[in-house]
Amino acid sequence: MSVPRYWRNIPQRVRMEALKCKSCGKIIYPPRAKCIYCGKNDFECYTIPEKGRLISFSIIRHPPIGFEHTTPYVVGIIEFENGLRISSQITDVDINELKIGMEVEQVFRKVSEDGKSGIIQYAIKFRPIFQNI
Amino acid sequence: MRPIIDVVISGWGSYIPIYRLPVEEVARIWGTSADHIKQELLIYEKSVAGIDEDVATIAVEAAKNSLKRSKINPNELGAVFVGTETKPYAVKPTGTIVAEAIGATPKILAADFEFACKAGTECLQCCIALVGSNMIKYGMAIGADVAEGAPADPLEYSAGSGGTAIIVGSKNYEKEPVALLEGSVSYVTDTPDFWRRPKESYPSHAEAFTGDPAYFRHTISAAKLLMEELGLRPSDFKYAIFHQPNGKFPLKAAKILGFTREQVEHGFIVPYIGNLYSGSSMTGFSAILDIAMPGDRILLVSYGSGAGSDAFSFIVQDGIITKRDNAPKVMDYIKKKRKIDYAIYCKIRGKI
Ligand SMILES: [Zn+2]
Repeated sequence: MSVPRYWRNIPQRVRMEALKCKSCGKIIYPPRAKCIYCGKNDFECYTIPEKGRLISFSIIRHPPIGFEHTTPYVVGIIEFENGLRISSQITDVDINELKIGMEVEQVFRKVSEDGKSGIIQYAIKFRPIFQNI
Repeated sequence: MRPIIDVVISGWGSYIPIYRLPVEEVARIWGTSADHIKQELLIYEKSVAGIDEDVATIAVEAAKNSLKRSKINPNELGAVFVGTETKPYAVKPTGTIVAEAIGATPKILAADFEFACKAGTECLQCCIALVGSNMIKYGMAIGADVAEGAPADPLEYSAGSGGTAIIVGSKNYEKEPVALLEGSVSYVTDTPDFWRRPKESYPSHAEAFTGDPAYFRHTISAAKLLMEELGLRPSDFKYAIFHQPNGKFPLKAAKILGFTREQVEHGFIVPYIGNLYSGSSMTGFSAILDIAMPGDRILLVSYGSGAGSDAFSFIVQDGIITKRDNAPKVMDYIKKKRKIDYAIYCKIRGKI
């Protein structure tokens, strides 16, 4: 990912800021210029909840370039109380403990590094819930 | 030292990675005696940052936990300082990464501090000064490290990962203060007991020189100076925390000063997670805030090689009760663990 693109995406990737369409009420994540449901462009800010449920996952053993030394890792789809679904990496999880329906929560982590001299990219991932508070 | 305006702790929060490397695993690789090392260091296992963790990620998690307790709006923060000796970037502040992740940008001071293991309490001194002079409303001081010892070096058994964030504000507007600062001192000299040159991956140390002229001289002098200035004795404190590079040093320093085992044991976390470097004394302090009661007096003494100590005296306030359960406690993090072997340790710390 280029530096400008990483920088532009900080609000959505690091603070989980999404858009809520004022005309149809749907949540757009990642944010778009126009609502993908009704085409309007009148939004308010919406922050994705901290906790959700894992509804699907896959274990990556044959990774894309740049992720060779991180296998096996888990990518999943998380569903929130309001029905919103997003995809994210699931971290700190023992592969044998992965279960559909397990509760997960946001955690700030490193995603990748552009080599030894490039930028480090951070984003929110999800992990099994640490503690119910 | 004492600010013009009374400064209080508004929130605190820690983070410790789930991975643990037992002393037995390191001893297995190098053919040493695990029992001997455990006796020598009083360390049983150390916390290890995961493959996708570094000082920035640890600092952000600790910062978020401190905000859950403090309950302030991140925009009220006027400073975010990160004390560490394992910055993700050699040039580019970690403080901005943290400030952005918690929604505290852009009207804020942000910087990284380095003073070996005492960088975190240096951040605390500076936040106290900024709040105490009314330049900012709230300040966040973080001590965090993902420390490593060179393979087969004695530090490989002890160098752990984790950190703590402390939010300070003024007594004048903080409605639920956690603890009131009574005073602090800083005591430094040029003592080369431990260092790391640019572009080196692992620190070097001057073996036996790390004890008397370094750790003990500075921690004991700082603690004595502070007690002198405040007219206090060891028996006036309910709890005391000394920097924990291993288990022996803090217990010996406490004993020399006249503190009992009961006063230090609740903040004594090094046997289970190792030395958190800049996060060490602050995480011990955080473990005390997890259990302390209003009226308790707490002594916090850090130590950083190079060398120096900061000492603080706090008196716990009523706000600690309502805020305590809003974030995971240090003991929760210590208990939630996954043991790894030396091979996985090498993989997740990028040694292979
Ligand atoms: Zn719409």
